[in-house]
Amino acid sequence: MNRIKELFQKKKDILSIYYTAGYPSLGDTVAIAEALQESGADLLEIGFPYSDPVADGPTIQASSKQALDNGMDLKLLFEQLKNLRAKVTIPVLLMGYVNPMLQFGVENFCKACVDAGVDGCIVPDLPMVEYEELYKAVFADHGLSNIFLVTPQTSTERIHKIDSLSNGFIYLLSSSATTGQNLQVGDTTEAYFSRIANLKLKNPTMIGFGISSKETFNKACQYANGAIIGSAFVKALDKSDVQGSVKRFIKEFRP
Amino acid sequence: MSYFVNEKGYYGDFGGAYIPEMLYPNVEELRQNYLKIMADEDFQKEFHQLLKDYVGRPSPLYLAKRLSQKYNANIFLKREDLNHTGAHKINNTIGQILLAEKLGKKRIIAETGAGQHGVATATVCALRGLECVVYMGEVDIKRQAPNVARMKMLGARVVPATSGSKTLKDATNEAMRDWINNPVDTHYIIGSVVGPHPYPDMVARFQSVISEETKKQLIEQTGSDQPDYVLACVGGGSNAIGMFYHFIDDEKVKLVAVEAAGKGVDSGFSAATTALGQEGVLHGSRSILMQTHDGQVVEPHSVSAGLDYPGIGPQHAHLFKTGRGSYVSITDDESLQAGLLLTQMEGIIPAIESAHALAYLEKMKFTGNENVVVCLSGRGDKDMDTYMKYFGL
Repeated sequence: MNRIKELFQKKKDILSIYYTAGYPSLGDTVAIAEALQESGADLLEIGFPYSDPVADGPTIQASSKQALDNGMDLKLLFEQLKNLRAKVTIPVLLMGYVNPMLQFGVENFCKACVDAGVDGCIVPDLPMVEYEELYKAVFADHGLSNIFLVTPQTSTERIHKIDSLSNGFIYLLSSSATTGQNLQVGDTTEAYFSRIANLKLKNPTMIGFGISSKETFNKACQYANGAIIGSAFVKALDKSDVQGSVKRFIKEFRP
Repeated sequence: MSYFVNEKGYYGDFGGAYIPEMLYPNVEELRQNYLKIMADEDFQKEFHQLLKDYVGRPSPLYLAKRLSQKYNANIFLKREDLNHTGAHKINNTIGQILLAEKLGKKRIIAETGAGQHGVATATVCALRGLECVVYMGEVDIKRQAPNVARMKMLGARVVPATSGSKTLKDATNEAMRDWINNPVDTHYIIGSVVGPHPYPDMVARFQSVISEETKKQLIEQTGSDQPDYVLACVGGGSNAIGMFYHFIDDEKVKLVAVEAAGKGVDSGFSAATTALGQEGVLHGSRSILMQTHDGQVVEPHSVSAGLDYPGIGPQHAHLFKTGRGSYVSITDDESLQAGLLLTQMEGIIPAIESAHALAYLEKMKFTGNENVVVCLSGRGDKDMDTYMKYFGL
């Protein structure tokens, strides 16, 4: 059975962690995955870096730039991931922008994902229409999930369309924002989360963008199956003690 | 074969709207409304009134006699340099500010390279009393100080883009991030025929006034609205699309788009996108861009900040791929020499961007009867520092 489906059936308050491949050091990609699994993370989103990450705030821009300077590219990433499944059993997604994926070739990309044991992708700037017309069949042939984003401004009609195209979960953005800002759950955010909860979507939901502490994580878990932490985790990574810094960070969420 | 946008937002293989979900509502609102608003009679009336009384249109079509003699052809210059604020950019900002008002937006953001689009945006914001934030690469802020001062005097906040190469590409990234973070009250005035659909089409329509006027002026001056060649420089490509627009479907008119070769196409310091680029996605549309094997965008180089961009608009990519347009390039040195030549033969100091189009005349062969229109997209005041240093003036 699909690792993502299994996770959502088994667990609630799922903790998903995003980090950038090849950061802080080029060879850290798999080591961080192992440390995250050991510390109690449930789901991993490994970012493949891009030179022009428009949806990201300063922290992930900087980690992407550092990873590229370190020499990371998709070819190397898939080489590093060859040994991933020897040790890591939790679901793994790749997250990044569409252009590197297009240059690699979407079919090749999907094949490489399957070979590495990657369960799905999040490609924020791949439009739903193009996905449906050009790539959905390729993703399906390889058994890969594609995760779509929803914001407070996304119409209900569009959310239903996204739900019908999704297989895995739906990524709810706490607000329309670039990554790395703090979640403020006010009346409008609460109304938005409740609106989504009441839509009775077939896919589970995860809340991301602005989750940085136990408090914001718990808040998000009231409205969704779990939450995603990105910038706060990337910021906490210590180049000189990667394993230790991962463990210290996750401890707050999985004491 | 259609050279214009289809109902899905594509020009052949190029275009589309490759944007994160956070931008979808804004771009979709624009897509659903831009044609309707632009077709509205009151809108058209106000747009053309402002172009006439405020911008100073129609811009002259000037037969450059001495240049014509030199090149053995009738060389006409479309004088966009005489527009208010000194370039073609204001045609688009006038259109978009009126459109933003119709959409009920209160805040305007823009990116700028040379500062011409930033100044044109700050100008229309002052005109209409709207808040204005302009993103500009830190490097460009230093090399285009007079335009920075103009924007500030016009009441705009100029925010430095400090990521990447700190030039136009990065300023565009920052403007897109601003729009993501301000999804309700803000309109993003993109300055070129780039970005997600409907921007390339919308900006092209606003700039198409250039070729619309040119056709009328050619009839008056030559008896025919059909020139043999039209030439324009291409960074993102807005003056070129404006200059080509009403000639695109007339295949007898040859379209020549001049890119910036920088220090030479193979020097590693170039912005000649069609020569060096591959198909890919940048800033929301599928087009041709300069990139690595891994799809990372390459930093371009040109002496002219307005051409210092690693992509071209999707319609240009389509005109290039179909062979409808010739895409050529001119080096930094050639463009500066052409700028000096125009200055000394016709008494017009061109922007270094426009000088790229002029420089290509040297490489063409004429027989004496051809009618050639060159888009003189901007004036050279902003480039005096570069000219002075290069020629030791």
